[in-house]
Amino acid sequence: MQRETTRSRIVKGVLLALVGLFFLFPIFWVFLMSFQTNQDILRMPPSLVFTPTLDNYVALISGRLETNAGTLEIKFMGNLLNSFILAASSVILSLILAIPAAYAFARYKFRLGEDIAFTILSFRFAPPLLVLVPLLSYFQMIGLVNTYIGLIWVYQLITLPLILWITRGYFEDISEDIEHAHRIDGHGWLKTFLKIAVPLALPGIAAAALLAFIFAWNNFVFALILASADKQPVTVGALAFVTASGIQYGQIAAALILSIIPTLIFAIAAQRYLVEGLSLGAVKG
Amino acid sequence: MATNALSAVDHPGAKRPFLRVALPYLLSLPALLVCIGIIIPFFTAIYYSLQRYNLAFPQMRGFIWFQNYVDFFSDPAFWNTIRVSLLYTIFTVGIELALGLGIAMLLRRRTLLNDVMSLLLIMPLMIAPAIAALMWKLMTNPNFGILSYLASLIGLEDFRWASSPSTALLTVVLVDVWVYTPFMMILLLAGLRALPKQPFEAAELDGVPWSFVFFRITLPMLTPYIITATLFRMLESIQQFDIIYAMTQGGPGDTLMVFQVQSYLERFQYTNVGRSAALLMVLWVITFVMSNIFIKHWLKLREQARGVG
Repeated sequence: MQRETTRSRIVKGVLLALVGLFFLFPIFWVFLMSFQTNQDILRMPPSLVFTPTLDNYVALISGRLETNAGTLEIKFMGNLLNSFILAASSVILSLILAIPAAYAFARYKFRLGEDIAFTILSFRFAPPLLVLVPLLSYFQMIGLVNTYIGLIWVYQLITLPLILWITRGYFEDISEDIEHAHRIDGHGWLKTFLKIAVPLALPGIAAAALLAFIFAWNNFVFALILASADKQPVTVGALAFVTASGIQYGQIAAALILSIIPTLIFAIAAQRYLVEGLSLGAVKG
Repeated sequence: MATNALSAVDHPGAKRPFLRVALPYLLSLPALLVCIGIIIPFFTAIYYSLQRYNLAFPQMRGFIWFQNYVDFFSDPAFWNTIRVSLLYTIFTVGIELALGLGIAMLLRRRTLLNDVMSLLLIMPLMIAPAIAALMWKLMTNPNFGILSYLASLIGLEDFRWASSPSTALLTVVLVDVWVYTPFMMILLLAGLRALPKQPFEAAELDGVPWSFVFFRITLPMLTPYIITATLFRMLESIQQFDIIYAMTQGGPGDTLMVFQVQSYLERFQYTNVGRSAALLMVLWVITFVMSNIFIKHWLKLREQARGVG
């Protein structure tokens, strides 16, 4: 392409620096706050020079918060654990349900097939509250309110369409000839599926699983409505924590950092597949 | 085509035709069953929306056909919800599209720096929107927030961000832009990089000015990507709940009462199940129409991407 002039390179550099500042500064700033005492945080003007302390993290992990009004019990670690349980179990269940379905949609052009695939896709776009409010009454009736099982079931709304549509694309990319060759050798359908199709689609399956984990982790509204404090994930727990801890800003910052670190790590691990996953495979990244 | 090829191979073992016909259904059934459990509440929601149903007055419960919907027309709160939701959607998606396209243009070339940069810029998108709102809440705190401090430096003393009715919308839009611009950016960047090179090389040889290349070549070729990404973001933006609820719970006053926040409060604060369901049905009709348009565009793009890739 065109050889750029020095001037346009400088302009581009400055613009990119501004863009980087806007998108990364909030993470950087809250990260710094999480290592500050409340005095450091409240000092005006704000300063980059301070003695870092781990007290905020220690308080969160030990679950005991020393305040002027006495010791406050906090269960933020419980929220983190809930997020892990909910996101991981939802993804595992979705993988079990969605991989065979994705394979069916990719390989067999069967009647109703597209209809079913689109029905499942359409869940992604319906207002979540529309389903959640009546679901709350049903869950109260059958005792699924505030249970992991109930939540994991509802989380399928997020993880299942995502995994189904991404893995479907990967199955479609596998040449059928390879599978046929295997079957001509006398292997059954199930063996071909498990030994040939699934391993070949594995990179896509892994990427879909990572992305589904991120989306499940980041969900807020499902647990807000269907769970109470002891089953709530970090997203809901952090909001409750902000209200409960009042002015313990250092701890709030530390709690926010702890709740974003897992998804950021997963995002870096899945970066090559982010585009594909986010756009449900509409664009080849 | 797929079935033909398969049956040819299956010939030796074609003793169980039933199983072969049923196989795809059996494979997709479990996934569907799990989802059906979640469709039932949808019909319940329709039913609720046709009732006078307030948990505080159980004896008043009754079937009233479309009265909840009819009431909306004369209800200023409903029109406020429509207005705020539309403003929120237009501002967020508009800014995100402009900014995302700009950044994608900057990062268009594949260099190491650009690749690292695009990876870093995706980070806000990976943060839970509710958590992102709380991060910005810390930064806009009137006592110590860095953004309140910066605002005071440029002469905006006592700038209240989300707690003032005049700037609350601006603040939540800012958080939404922070979280979702990276989405626009990576989608449009993928689109830009998938465009054929020849038109650009030809334009360069002819010394065509930059603006002409952008408006007459880049933009038209990128349009399918822009439409898909914009529709997708609009679909999400009109349903936004997490950011607004975590930031202000819809306040101050009724400034930020978008659809889902309004119906959440209607249900859980005013226990008015019927009205809340009716409001969500209105939102559902909007998103249903939009998602159908989106899926049409998305499928076209998906075919294209698969064909090229």
